[in-house]
Amino acid sequence: MSEQDSRKKEKTMTTAQAKDFKPGAMLPNSAISRKLRDFYDAVQEEGIPDRFLDLLERLEQAEKNAKSADVK
Amino acid sequence: MTEQELADRAFKRDLLASLPNLRAFAVSLTGRHDKADDLVQDTIMKAWANQGSFTPGTNMRAWLFTILRNEFYSQMRKRGREVQDSDGLFSERFSVHPEQYGRLDLQDFRKALDKLPDDQREAIVLVGAAGFAYEEAAEICGCAVGTIKSRVSRARTRLQELLGVSGEGDFGPDPGDAAITSRAFGS
Repeated sequence: MSEQDSRKKEKTMTTAQAKDFKPGAMLPNSAISRKLRDFYDAVQEEGIPDRFLDLLERLEQAEKNAKSADVK
Repeated sequence: MTEQELADRAFKRDLLASLPNLRAFAVSLTGRHDKADDLVQDTIMKAWANQGSFTPGTNMRAWLFTILRNEFYSQMRKRGREVQDSDGLFSERFSVHPEQYGRLDLQDFRKALDKLPDDQREAIVLVGAAGFAYEEAAEICGCAVGTIKSRVSRARTRLQELLGVSGEGDFGPDPGDAAITSRAFGS
């Protein structure tokens, strides 16, 4: 990705996020606020690791098993 | 489907929807992906076991963040004793591989964030990135709204110093960005 492209992307992201910003919070356009959100969003965009989906499956299954045991 | 089953399904759905944000908070607190994921796992298990204490219709994200934060500090307190005997938390934080900081251009920011005191770091992350209002952040951290505001303000000032960027009201691209970017890419 060229430098220009990455700049363009950063600008688009910032605009989108500025709309969601709550009044009274930090200045949305300061350099620090932008970098903080870029960092945070980069982690969020990694999505949900499989281990957590597996864990939720197992927890749900354990609960179902416990319930059917109760019925018996 | 019974009412209970519907509630369970909604609980799981909302929990899943909150996970990327929760995980980003964990990475912010721990400074490391591996530790963050362990923390998120503990949080999911705690949240699941305490489903009954969550009031449907209230803010699940704030509830989950509170659990994760409490878990983080209680683990830190336990681990603190071990760490002091070895090489210390500071060196541990900085011995991680570069890829653990994620994207190259964000590494400088990541390192600067790591240098903040815990209370300032969590405050600026909750308000500035995780999308909480000051009031919600205060509730999550169990302190007064004014305390959160002053922590956020101190965190901002410290980050500006560490990163050498300009402060208030710099709308649009600012000169600090170019310097940071070129440093990150070693040019």
